[in-house]
Amino acid sequence: MSERARPAAVEARGWGWRHASRHAWAVRDASFRIEPGERVLLLGASGAGKSTLLHGLAGVLGGDEEGETAGSLLVDGARAAEARGRAGLVLQDPDSQVVLARVGDDVAFACENLGVPRDEIWPRVRAALDAVGLDVELDRPTKALSGGQKQRLALAGALAMRPGLLLLDEPTANLDPEGVAEVRDAVGHLLEDRSVTLVVVEHRVDVWLPVVDRVIVLGDGGVIADGTPDDVLGAAGVALAAAGVWVPGIPPALPPRPARPPGAVLLSAADLAVARVRGVAVASGVDLDVRAGAALAITGPNGAGKSTLGLTLAGLLAPASGELRAADALAAGAGPEPIRWRSRDLLTRIGTVFQDPEHQLLAKTVRGELLVGPRALGTDAATRVDELLERLRLAHLAEANPYTLSGGEKRRLTVAAALATAPRVLVLDEPTFGQDARTWAELVALLARLRDDGSAIVAITHDLAVVDALHAERFALGVAP
Amino acid sequence: MTLLESHARTGAFARINPVAKLGASALIALPLILTLDIVSAATALLLECLLFPFAGIGWREFWVRTFPVWLAAPLTALTIALYGEASGTVYAEWFVIRISEGSLELAAATLIRVLAIALPSVVLFVTVDPTDLADGLAQILKLPARFVLGALAGLRMVGLFLDDWRALELARRARGVADSGRIRRFLGMAFALLVLSIRRGSKLAVAMEARGFGAPGPRTWARESRFGAREWMLLAIGAAISAAAITAAVLAGTWNFILGPS
Repeated sequence: MSERARPAAVEARGWGWRHASRHAWAVRDASFRIEPGERVLLLGASGAGKSTLLHGLAGVLGGDEEGETAGSLLVDGARAAEARGRAGLVLQDPDSQVVLARVGDDVAFACENLGVPRDEIWPRVRAALDAVGLDVELDRPTKALSGGQKQRLALAGALAMRPGLLLLDEPTANLDPEGVAEVRDAVGHLLEDRSVTLVVVEHRVDVWLPVVDRVIVLGDGGVIADGTPDDVLGAAGVALAAAGVWVPGIPPALPPRPARPPGAVLLSAADLAVARVRGVAVASGVDLDVRAGAALAITGPNGAGKSTLGLTLAGLLAPASGELRAADALAAGAGPEPIRWRSRDLLTRIGTVFQDPEHQLLAKTVRGELLVGPRALGTDAATRVDELLERLRLAHLAEANPYTLSGGEKRRLTVAAALATAPRVLVLDEPTFGQDARTWAELVALLARLRDDGSAIVAITHDLAVVDALHAERFALGVAP
Repeated sequence: MTLLESHARTGAFARINPVAKLGASALIALPLILTLDIVSAATALLLECLLFPFAGIGWREFWVRTFPVWLAAPLTALTIALYGEASGTVYAEWFVIRISEGSLELAAATLIRVLAIALPSVVLFVTVDPTDLADGLAQILKLPARFVLGALAGLRMVGLFLDDWRALELARRARGVADSGRIRRFLGMAFALLVLSIRRGSKLAVAMEARGFGAPGPRTWARESRFGAREWMLLAIGAAISAAAITAAVLAGTWNFILGPS
């Protein structure tokens, strides 16, 4: 882009923030200075307040009724909350950042809010879309974009403000590998002329390492490490990895190989076509077997119908055509077609972990969530539930409201809830999406153990590391013609 | 839902400012709401039928879009024929049902009236794009930008809610609680959807605020909402239909103002 604002300087002096409904401070005593044009990767364990700091810099934390502030947070020497338009923020979830229905209008939105004259808006919109490499018509519906494109759209929306400070809050956590590369490359391209200061939060360090020149680590009591990527990751790498950061060169522990060869076939699909909306098949001609004591990974690009296939295998969606048969060993008298089983029959046969945990939360407490299944079956599962809570590090949260948990905790909770009724087959949709390294390693270890105990694991995933770690058989879905 | 489809429309009629379409529908509806006679409604409907071919939508689409109206209008009329205020000759009577000369007349008037009000509204709004409508409401009618844009952004999320609802349904089957207690489950899902929508809404609000929404100082508009000759013409057509309907009713002596003395 030809005309850009000058890069902004950032300074935090003993800055802290506490949400009005919490006792603990989200961030405390943070002090640092970022020079104009620097590119900073902000790290820390989950719950260290990284997002809070970014929201603070973007001026969107809200006023006194939202929470309490300590110290000061300055952008170019002015209070961050008052520096509207100096900072552009891109958030994690692609779907909740699209404001308007058409691409051009969405990018123009920020300019309108800042009172940019109409004649100047459209050149800015085109320049911003160019800068992020989003080469689509201005009237393209935003809902037709892929996740990676939506994130680049959000980036363009921020750039159109000509910000001096670009703030990225895990912008690639919800994207497939292709989308991750798209967004990272677009940001890398923007930073070439050093006309913008960058602060990015991301626990997948390797994604951003090529474009950053400084790492700040946030922890209890403020900044706990600060320096060049090599220095910080060298000195604090092991501690960061233990806290869940994906540090290059320190891979999470992997589970052992399968102890036994795959067992009997539990589910088999023959020329199966799957559809979410009746009559609109998103994948067809699927032939596969789900075996006891083995893991099956369903991979493929966005839009290939992976989730729909997963939900069909799980007995939740009716096949559009073809056949899905449960073997007698799995059906145990309930009949060969899972979609005809009662909801209760599924519990001990096929468990499902949805991509978005919030879709399947039912109870008021974590323990109650685990008891939903056993209660529907009319069985007493108190001991099993306690054991699961312990095994998935949820025991201290047993009485907490499920909605208040962190992303990683919610994921562990939904897995635990499915396991409470000991299903023979477990179907998981993107179980490791957006998870930190620690939760990732725990989930993989748990799934490997279930596999070795004789369960069948079906994982829908973009994450090839999961496929390898579970020694899963791969079933690759192509894009429907 | 008409407003949820954002495919671009072409043609002169589609480009007319949505505010004018809103105004024209109101002008047509107003006198028909204020009187209960058959002449005014029939006059309006006749004139509308002459104009529909110029509205820029094909016949096939016309029938698809107006299908609910064709279904609802006779049902409304039937109800009134059976239960409406009886007067004149009574043709049939059974329990609370009384079909009389008066109730049949009223039923016919209602049938025509529902068609005369609903058909032009549907036809006019098929070609309305929500973004253009928001631009018009804010720039022409000067409604507060915060309100209009908030509603517009919220409308875009309705599609996500439909996906959420489907997922909530499947998740309940997966959790073993979908065999019984339909009503309870429905209420639980409605509550879960409410929670999800509040969460999505607050995330969207942060994203909007981060892009300067609600910033102090005047807001500009990237798309100019024009209100020119075409728009006034449409309003004039609406007013003309309205005037013709009233005149015809008064001349025929059937005008009965619902708020006036009867």
